[in-house]
Formats: sequence, structure tokens, C-alpha cells
Amino acid sequence: MTIRFVLMVNKQGQTRLAQYYEYLTLEERRALEGEIVRKCLARTEQQCSFVEHRNYKVVYRRYASLFFLVGVDNDENELAILEFIHLLVETMDRHFGNVCELDIMFHLEKAHFMLEEMVMNGCIVETSKSNILTPIQLMEKSS
Amino acid sequence: MALSGMRGLSVFISDVRNCQNKDQERLRVDKELGNIRSRFKNEKGIIPYEKKKYVWKMLYIYMLGYDVDFGHMEAVSLISAPKYPEKQVGYIVTSCLLNENNDFLRLAINTVRNDIIGRNETFQCLALTMVGNIGGREFAESLAPDVQKLIISSSCRPLVRKKAALCLLRLYRKNPDVVNVDGWADRMAQLLDERDLGVLTSSMSLLVALVSNNHEAYWSSLPKCVKILERLARNQDIPQEYTYYGIPSPWLQVKTMRALQYFPTVEDPNTRRSLFEVLQRILMGTDVVKNVNKNNASHAVLFEALSLVMHLDAEKEMMSQCVALLGKFIAVREPNIRYLGLENMTRMLMVTDVQDIIKRHQAQIITSLKDPDISIRRRALDLLYGICDISNAKDIVEELLQYLSSSDFAMREELSLKAAILAEKFAPDLSWFVDVILQLIDNAGDFISDDIWFRVVQFVTNNEDLQPYAAAKAREYLDKPAIHETMVKVSAYLLGEHGHLLARRPGCSPKEIFNVIHEKLPTVTMPTIPILLSTYAKILMHTQPPDLELQNQIWSIFHKFESCIDVEIQQRAVEYFALSSKGAALADILAEMPKFPERQSALMKKAEDIETDTAEQSAIKLRSKQHVSNALVVTDQRPVNGTAPAVPLTLVKIPSTNSKEDHYPEDHISNGENGTVTEVDPQPPSADLLGDLLGPLAIEGPPVAVQSGHSSLSGLEGISNAVDSAAIVPIEGQINAVQPILNIDERFRTLCLKDSGVLYEDPHMQIGVKAEWRAHQGRLVLFLGNKNTSPLKSVRALILPPSHLRMELSLVPETIPPRAQVQCPLEVVNLRPSRDVAVLDFSYNFGTSLVNIKLRLPAVLNKFLQPLSLSMEEFFSQWRSLSGPPLKLQEVVRGVRPLPLVEMANLFNSNRLMVCPGLDQNPNNLVASTTFYSESTRAMLCLVRIETDPADRTQLRMTVATGDPALTFELKEFIQEQLVDIPAMSSVPAVVPASSPPINPVPLSNNPGAILAGLL
Repeated sequence: MTIRFVLMVNKQGQTRLAQYYEYLTLEERRALEGEIVRKCLARTEQQCSFVEHRNYKVVYRRYASLFFLVGVDNDENELAILEFIHLLVETMDRHFGNVCELDIMFHLEKAHFMLEEMVMNGCIVETSKSNILTPIQLMEKSS
Repeated sequence: MALSGMRGLSVFISDVRNCQNKDQERLRVDKELGNIRSRFKNEKGIIPYEKKKYVWKMLYIYMLGYDVDFGHMEAVSLISAPKYPEKQVGYIVTSCLLNENNDFLRLAINTVRNDIIGRNETFQCLALTMVGNIGGREFAESLAPDVQKLIISSSCRPLVRKKAALCLLRLYRKNPDVVNVDGWADRMAQLLDERDLGVLTSSMSLLVALVSNNHEAYWSSLPKCVKILERLARNQDIPQEYTYYGIPSPWLQVKTMRALQYFPTVEDPNTRRSLFEVLQRILMGTDVVKNVNKNNASHAVLFEALSLVMHLDAEKEMMSQCVALLGKFIAVREPNIRYLGLENMTRMLMVTDVQDIIKRHQAQIITSLKDPDISIRRRALDLLYGICDISNAKDIVEELLQYLSSSDFAMREELSLKAAILAEKFAPDLSWFVDVILQLIDNAGDFISDDIWFRVVQFVTNNEDLQPYAAAKAREYLDKPAIHETMVKVSAYLLGEHGHLLARRPGCSPKEIFNVIHEKLPTVTMPTIPILLSTYAKILMHTQPPDLELQNQIWSIFHKFESCIDVEIQQRAVEYFALSSKGAALADILAEMPKFPERQSALMKKAEDIETDTAEQSAIKLRSKQHVSNALVVTDQRPVNGTAPAVPLTLVKIPSTNSKEDHYPEDHISNGENGTVTEVDPQPPSADLLGDLLGPLAIEGPPVAVQSGHSSLSGLEGISNAVDSAAIVPIEGQINAVQPILNIDERFRTLCLKDSGVLYEDPHMQIGVKAEWRAHQGRLVLFLGNKNTSPLKSVRALILPPSHLRMELSLVPETIPPRAQVQCPLEVVNLRPSRDVAVLDFSYNFGTSLVNIKLRLPAVLNKFLQPLSLSMEEFFSQWRSLSGPPLKLQEVVRGVRPLPLVEMANLFNSNRLMVCPGLDQNPNNLVASTTFYSESTRAMLCLVRIETDPADRTQLRMTVATGDPALTFELKEFIQEQLVDIPAMSSVPAVVPASSPPINPVPLSNNPGAILAGLL
């Protein structure tokens, strides 16, 4: 019951953030991202948010031009992950104020910091937005 | 720090973004990599800020999918920077770029440790996070105690402790020994008293990992989990920050309920009551609301509650409440809920006895099979497959067939395989099975493996009533304009064998049949041509009186292929031509194919292979993944009058003296009258595989002729699972012209359960065994009997003992006189537990031929067991004291051959594992005890508990406990082998409830299976 990876991909299929919680070689990553992005992007709004792919189940959600894809084990609670994606987006919203693709692109490090506060070793570690954002705020204050 | 902080990074990112195409992007990236490389080379002038910037660029480039094979050292070196911003980058980028085996990472262990034990809590967090994400074994060894200290430290703030908990989880996965179960179980329980929800969230993940490995040790955490769940469900003392759309941390609720699912049951009545109150509240109180996020979050909790209820095997009322809820879900419009409804219904099938209620939703599930969303279709297919049984098989399979032609490519293979399996498993009659498979071939020929059509041929060959029907069907399909090559193969084969049965029907004269088949010849590939040639030869043979025109036509075809480049085709063409020129003698040679011996369905075997590599694994299957699943292997059951309802299809039993020979009177060996064995059954050996379908025609004669053809050998590889005859090892291909009588494998298995009987027999000789076992020692006597009137020469017997057995065979004479029997005692000492098997390498000369055989000796693990009956107190006190791996191992075994519990108890007793009735309250469970003897372990108590699932007899959970880790493992594997692959002789149809008493079943005179079971 773990998260295997978190991907943020725009609708052109360009990766904007990739965090893996198990080691995959570059080739494996490229292949995996290519396949699941193709699968997920081809789906319509009326279809469900879960796609089965190899040993993974991908839970995904679309926000404007950006797709959030989370790869999980087959026995993961899908809806919990689906809302976890939303929590991530809300947290980013709180920090950036209406987050968009460019925010994530140009503040890759912040996106990473936030994700790192939320997921560790594939497990959810924190769900309180203010706790998640505390380290970033501290850092900004100090610089 | 951000955009303004690292201008160079932003410029680079926007440069890449502005690239028009992939080539430009690559150029830009290469340029940047070159730049970074040269800056790193000249490290003197580089300041930490620049390093930081470059390292981020590397991460960005890596994320884009380019290889970054340098600069790792620089990333790691940032970890030891004194300032927070650099250190942070160092930690984060390191954990993204490096894998746990990277050498640079090891260099950083000391720095990391200093950060972890240091006083700066932000540094502690960074270090713990990195180790938590990529820490390897070495980290586990050097850091685990420090990390444990942090988790329980009262001076540490929650922000450090929550990370320490997940860090420990990583270290534990890398090296389970870092968590000392005895010490940690209490700490874990204390940790769950925590109020901070962040710490609880990560501790719960840690608990799930620990409990899933050893739930016994963590009992004390169970009531704590229930308390946490109550607190959340009642929204007591939950900070606003942890409330998500009005729901107290749905993630922690889900995780807590998941942790509870790893405990087999909740025994304490108070805890159980509280838990069910919470669950009931969730089941009843979850409404559909407008807000999507709230709705999802509350349903996430609801679905987890459903899983937990199923796991706890709640009262009937609550269960039907669950099914009702799921029934509602699979009919809603919201696709996510529909998907999850189907998925959870499938899970429900596996754990509880609710199949009948779920079957009521069949129509709705079929609707979902046509859903526009492939994710939902897959779930529907899985569920339909799960609810299929004899009562609805026809509807479901026909639905699948209908859907097949319109289904998408991605699902066809699975769909056709599942349809084929269901058709075989639940066919109400054989002609329906033939219909289904032919339709499958017609609709999805590309996905129909040879195994599937072989199976049709087997059934048709063995059931005379079916032959005209199948031939007529095949004839019909041949009229279709474009048919799949597999259809050509199967119809050509069927018409070759049975086409003559149709002779009086219109369009079915030999000539017409020949023409319609021959039309296909130009369209087929090489491997099909031999089948067509055989068909032609058979048609020719069946054409009486001979039709000269047809004969010339066929002869010219044979003639044409006589120079074919393919050896198989050439050989057939030459041989058939020669044979068919012999006139009337042809009929004797090209007789009909003999009946096939009963064999396990290759189809079912295939299904299990597919299971393991598609994405179709559900949670429960996944959890039991350690065991290679053979869920679908249902070995053939003996039919009652052809076919019995709910019994998988079977090949009709071959008339033979099989059952009689299987249980030679026991005194047979010792009476010395080997002459009586001359009533040797000349039936072809049962190792004769389906491969002979593709081999040359069965030319009736000595079985050797059929066996030695190269093509039948190559066919053998294809279907190697049919009968395991690996025990016979021919030394040089043809030399072993002597075939064993009856299956060696079966004889071995019989002897594993009893102490005397025949180990091997062929037309010349017989080897019998009589054994006595005492504690860890045994004495076997081998009876070598010569059945001939001339001596057996160059007799040689060599024992190849496994490392755990000390074996000594007394001298074996070089010659065995005519009709004589010699006795050779063999002493066995068991040194330690192991399932390895000793082999007897035996050879002799008869006339000019050398016979060499390798036989497994029945000195197997269960021979060193002594059944032991325990009282309830004795059993449970031992059971408790043996806690956790490696002394106590648990495993979910799938693919168990379905047996009524009584029969399973028999099996255990016959393996000297004494079943103790009444010790386990649950009537579906079984506990057994025994003593194992070996030199290293001495007498060692062994306890076994089997928990079966009445809804699914193909799976069970097994727990084995002994005082010796190796023994526990070996015994567990041994039992598993027995359960998954039960000797064929106890194959009383599973539907017939065994009414026989547990230990000595009464032999029924007319049922060979029962007679044999009685001999166990």
C-alpha cells in the first residue's frame, strides 16, 4: 500500500515534475511515463480516474492543462489518493495563489519541497497544509 | 531562493521551454550539460550558490529524460554544506538522482548520521527524509538505533518524529532485523497513543509494515487502532488543519482500517463491539453529497470500511448491507464509484460466502462490460469471471463471446482465455464446449493458443457421441469464406479423424470434404501443412470403395511435397504416399487416434501464467503474491456418467487395468512369484503427450515407434505440464526401448504415503519397496525382481542422496537370475529438515539393450514425522510461545486443489500430521500437530493451522510453527506441495461430500479413487 511515483505532466505530455519512490532506470522511467501519459491523456472526462497499467494502478486528476498522475499498488485506496492529489493542489494554491503550470515549472524546487513534506518513502507523512508549508516559509524568511 | 534566487536556472528552463522540437531541446540540454561539466571540473572557483544552481539544473535535465551521469559527487557534497539552503538542495537532489547502491551515498553516511543525532531539527528532518527515501542496508545497520530513539523521544517535536517513523519503515524493509520485535511491540503501542495526527499518520504506515509481517507480535496495537478510529469517526479533538472538507483526516482513517485488516481477527469482545459501532456508523452514515472532494473523501473511508467488514467476516446482516451498498454503487453514473463498486464486489467474492447475493447483479455487471471506459470493462470482466458457476455459465460465456467481436484489442486475449476456461470448467454438456471454442477461434483466432484447440481435440477423441457433432460443426465453419488458420487446423484434424461419420450428409462425401480443406492449403503456413497431409491420408483411408480420382489427386499432392524443404512435411508426404500405396493394409495402419489419457488442462495452467503478469491482480491476490499462483489449476475430476454437474470437464477414462494395477496386493512383492506380473498392460505409457497430435500419425504398433519420432519429442516440450515423467531419463535417446508400466511419478507419490508397494515396473523387472521408520532413522528394503526367463545382467544401483540424508545401500548383485528376486536393504538417517529427495540410479542390461532409470526414493520429509495428539492447553501454549518468523511462518496458499475439509484432514493424517479436531473453534479451520525427527533438531514439535475459505476452496491460509526455522520453512513448503498437487488417486469429485470417517475412509467397491484412498 504505497505510492510508487508522482508525476505532473502537461497536456502536451511534457513532464513537469517526476518523483519516484522506487528506483527505476532512466529507460524504465521514460518508457513508463510515455505509456501511462498516453493512456491517461486519451481518456475523457466521463471516464473514471483510475487506469490499470502493468503492476501499477494510476490514479489521475486533471487541473486545467496539467495532469497529476500518481502510481500506486493495486491494493491502494484509490479515492484516498485521488483526494490526496487535490490536497497537494490546494497546498500549492495556498502557497502560490492559484497555482498554474508555470509556477511548478519555474519553482520546481518548491514543488519538490512541498511534495517531500507530504510523501516520504511512498507513504503519506503529513496532510496539514500549514505544517507542509512551514519549512518553505521558514526558508523564505531566512533568505 | 526561487525564480529570483537562481536566475541561471530560470533562463535555462525557459530556453528549454521555448525549444521548437526535440532536437533543439537536446542541443540546448547538451550545451548546458557541457557547461556544468566544465564548471564542476574546475571546482576551485565554484561557490556553493553556483553548485546549488547546477545541481538543480541537473535534476531538471534528468526529469526531462536525459541521462546525467556526472555531478553526483557534487550533489552529495552539498549535504555537508553548513548552510540550510545548500544542505537542503543536497539532500533533495541526492535522493532524486541516486539509487541506494551508489557509492557516493556511502561516503555521506557519517554526515547524515551527524545531522540525525544533531540538535538542529530542520537538519534532522532533511537527513531522515533522505534516508527514508533511499537509505540502503548500510544505512539500516548504522542508523536504526538512532532513528528509533528519535521516534519515541519525548523531547523531539512531532515534525521530527513523524519523519523518523517513516525512516524506520524504510530501514526495516531493507533489513528486518533492525527492529527487535520483542522490544519494539510495546513501543509501537505507546506510539499509537500520540495525539499529533502527523505522527499518527506516519506511525500507522510503519505499523502496517510491521503487522503485515508478524501480526502476533503487535496484538497490543490493535485496540489502539480501534481507539484512533473512534476518535476520528467521532471527530474528537481533531484540529481544523487535519479536517478535509469536514472529514477528519480521511487518509489516517483509511490507513488505520488497513492496519486492522492485517490482524486475522479481533478477539476481545469490547474492542470488537467498538469497532463494529464505528464501522456501522460509516456504512450507514455516508451519503452522496454535491461537493466532489467531500464525496470522494467520505467514500474513500467507506470503501476501506467495506474491506474491513469483509475481512472481519462480520455477521450476515452487516455483510448483506455491504453487498447492497456495492449493488447500488455498480449502478450509479459516477464512473469512479462504479469502478470501485465492481472492484470491491470482486474482492468480496474472494473472502465471503455471498456469491449468491452478488449473482443477482449479473445483468448490471454485464452492462458494465459494455461501458465506454476500459478500466470499468476490465473490472466487470473480472467480476463476471468470478461469479461464474454452473448455474450461469452459459449466459455469461455467451455474453463474453458476443462481446468479443466488438471488444478492443487490449482485452481480447484475456477475454478469450477467460471464456475458454469458463466453458471448460462449467460446461453443461460437451457439445456446448465445442461450440464455444469454435466460436472463440472464429472470433478471435489470433488469441487462441494451441492449448485451447488441443483441448477440443482431446474431448472429441475421447467421447464418441461427440464426434459426428464436432465434425459437422467443423465442416460448417469451412464453408465460411475467410477463416482463421487455427480453425483450418482444428477442422482439418476433426474431419480427418471423424469426417467419415458424416458421409451420408449432403456436402460431406470424402471428395467434398477433401476439396473444401484443400482449398485452404495455399493460405496456410508451414506448421499447418503436416496436419492437412495427415487429414488427406485419413480421408483416403476412409474412402471405401476407393475413389481413384481422389486417390490420384491426393497422391499428386504427396508427390509434390516429397521434395519440400521442411523435413516434417517431406517425411509425412513420403510416408503417407508409401503407406497409401499398400491398399487395404492402409486401414490397419492409419487407424483412428487412440483415446487420450486424462490430463490436467493446459488451459488452466495458462490462465495462471496470465494472472501473474497482467494488471489484473486485486489486493488479496497481491498480498499473497509470494506464492506463485495456480489458482485455476483444477485437475481433472473423474466424471460420473460422462459429465457431472459442477465438475470440470474430464476426458473419459481410458479402459485399462489401471486401477487394478495401482494397488497390487501388498504381499505381492514378498511372495517371490514374479511370474504373475506377466499380465503386462500393453497400453501406451501415460507420458504419451498431446504432442503426438502434431507428430506423425499414430501408427498402431509398439508404443516405442510413436515415442521415438523427433516431432513427438518436440511436441513434448510444448506441453510439459501434462504428466510429469521426469523420473525416466533415457540415456541416449533411443536406447531406452523399455517403457515403464504405469506412471512412475504416481507410484512414487503413493509410496510417499504408505510404506510398501511397487516403485517401478517394466516388462523385464520390478522394484518393490518396504520401509520401516523409527524417529530419525529408517530402513528401506528394495526388492529387485526379474520377470524374465533369462537373467538380468550388469545390474547396478547407485543411491544419490540429498545432503540431508545419510544413506547406505547394501551390495547389489550384478546379475539377477531368471524369475528371482533379491532384497537389498537401505539404511537411512535424517540429518536435518529438507524436502530434497533421494534418487536411485538404476540400470541393467537385457539382451543387448541397456536400461537406465532414475527413480525418486520415498524417503521424504513426512516419513520422519510421528503423529502427536495435543490437548487444547498444550497446543495453545506452544503456539503462543512460537511467535513470528522465522519460527512461525504464515502464507496464503492459492491454487489449492479444492477438497472438502474432511478430505483435507485425511490428507494431513496420511502425511502423519495429526489433525486435532475441535481445537479450533472455527469449523472451516484445521489444526494439526506432529513431531519431526532429525539428527540436528532431535524431536521437534510441529504445529500447523489451516484456515480455509468456504467460498473459495482454492485458497487457504497456512501457518506453520516449529522450534527450528529451517524445519518451519521446509514443512510449510512440504504441506503446500501436498495441497497444491494432491496425488491423483484421491481424486474423488470435489462436489461429493466425503462421508467417510477422517482416518480410514471406507473403500467403495466400484470407485477406484476411493479404493485407493482407502489404501493410504
